[in-house]
Amino acid sequence: MSAAAQGTSKAAHGDVAPKKKKGPGALATAYLVIYNVVMTAGWLVIAVGLVRAYVARGSYHGLYYSIEKPLKFFQTGALLEILHCAVGIVPSSVVLTGFQVLSRVFLTWAVTHSVREVQSEDSVLLFVTAWTVTEIIRYSFYTFSLLNHLPYLIKWARYTFFILLYPMGVTGELLTIYAALPYVQKTGLYSVTLPNKYNFSFDYYTFLILIMISYIPLFPQLYFHMLRQRKKVLGRTEDYSKVE
Amino acid sequence: MDLHLKVEVLDAKTREQLCFLDKVEPHSTIGDIKSLFYKLYPRWYPARQSLTLDPKGKFLRDEEILQSLPVGTTATMYFKDLGPQLGWTTVFFAENIGPLLIYLLFYFRVPYIYSDRCAFTSSPHKVVTMACVCHTFHYLKRLIETIFVHRFSHGSMPLRTIVKNCLYYWGFSAWLAYYINHPLYTPPSYGEVQVHYAMVIFAICEMGNFSIHLSLSHLRGDRSRGRRFPAPSKNPFTWLFFFVSCPNHTYEVGTWVSFSIMTQCLPVAVFTVLGFIQMTVWAKGKHRAYVREFKDYPAVRVAIIPLIL
Repeated sequence: MSAAAQGTSKAAHGDVAPKKKKGPGALATAYLVIYNVVMTAGWLVIAVGLVRAYVARGSYHGLYYSIEKPLKFFQTGALLEILHCAVGIVPSSVVLTGFQVLSRVFLTWAVTHSVREVQSEDSVLLFVTAWTVTEIIRYSFYTFSLLNHLPYLIKWARYTFFILLYPMGVTGELLTIYAALPYVQKTGLYSVTLPNKYNFSFDYYTFLILIMISYIPLFPQLYFHMLRQRKKVLGRTEDYSKVE
Repeated sequence: MDLHLKVEVLDAKTREQLCFLDKVEPHSTIGDIKSLFYKLYPRWYPARQSLTLDPKGKFLRDEEILQSLPVGTTATMYFKDLGPQLGWTTVFFAENIGPLLIYLLFYFRVPYIYSDRCAFTSSPHKVVTMACVCHTFHYLKRLIETIFVHRFSHGSMPLRTIVKNCLYYWGFSAWLAYYINHPLYTPPSYGEVQVHYAMVIFAICEMGNFSIHLSLSHLRGDRSRGRRFPAPSKNPFTWLFFFVSCPNHTYEVGTWVSFSIMTQCLPVAVFTVLGFIQMTVWAKGKHRAYVREFKDYPAVRVAIIPLIL
């Protein structure tokens, strides 16, 4: 049978084949493109907000307040990505995505929002900046990938910027949690003590310390994973010409 | 004509040839191949070996016969080291001895757990002693079943999984024991009534669970009548088989629900929920396997919760 001929005619009929063997359908792809465009726009708004506030105030202290609302909105919106994996329109692991998104949401709400005193810390600006740059690149990467028109520059940026941004973000996050500790201990925030009807206790102060400790095994693993991905993704393109 | 097969074993990762077996009987099993491989590589005892026909494929069962596999005159297999393995009995023993002993450490308020002046004191609440009796009984029962009742398939578990499982079971029992035996423990809101009803349900579920284990063990032992699926017997506890494929798990969930009610302790409830989720996953898997294997499998049966799940 002329299978090769059939193959080419299929391509000629505009059979849009995503990179993975199954991939999302046309409707899902449209939705994902919209989602990623909106997220890119959202984080651009945050970036612009930061720059404008810096220019207006003349210093980089307390910039958190100028982007507090869009930060909360768009970072929390990322929870949808867990749903995307669960439903199957995105081929990532639910657990891994869930873990990443929830840790961001945790920092946004359970630390920065909840402990007012840390909001003016410079460490907050450190991780917000890292997140902003990372997310702008990441969401535009996804957008272009879905449209099958990925500029090499975006791919390069996605797999290179993290080298600096990831440690920067982690530092900002850890410093912020550390700054929150004395206030949590003093006010007993989110903590439950004995005795109580359900025989349960929770010490948020200790919990935050454990979270900080968990960065020690987790961060290197994720960092080296990204480095390996970089080698795999960027290493190969030396064989092909730079697209677009 | 030489009817013998040749078997070539390659390392799944490096593809280097680890061994070449000449003159293998076509009706040899994978188990036989593993034994031969073990002779050449004494540190890789058969339980540690994973042999597959495809480097990324599923491992071949020990009972598979060579000539029934899709291979030519030379069978190429890929080997993976599964790491140190422990038999099921050892696994079960380790998983259950921990909670048993750890809970008792908390019950007797061994020093350094609670404040110094509470060391070796006992709680004034009867329910705390009852809870200890129930918990201890539950794990003693499991240990006895492990030794005398369960018939494990020949199979083993990698060391890493066992460490993970033990951390889970031991950790949780420490967590819930800490609160139940705490000097500031608050007895259940509805007092004696709540505790007694919960204990009755606990006892029923433990007996039920034991009955099911006995029934399953007899089923395994009695190979003479071929493979059958479990069915209700004269023992009323086994009548749950009318409704579910895995009543042992159903009873187990019941045990922990009743223990949660008895102690009115949130960590116990959390453990119950997690256990329920895990057991539902196992039960659904088993249920699917039964439905696939037996054409006459009762349609009314579901996996774990009668008529629901």
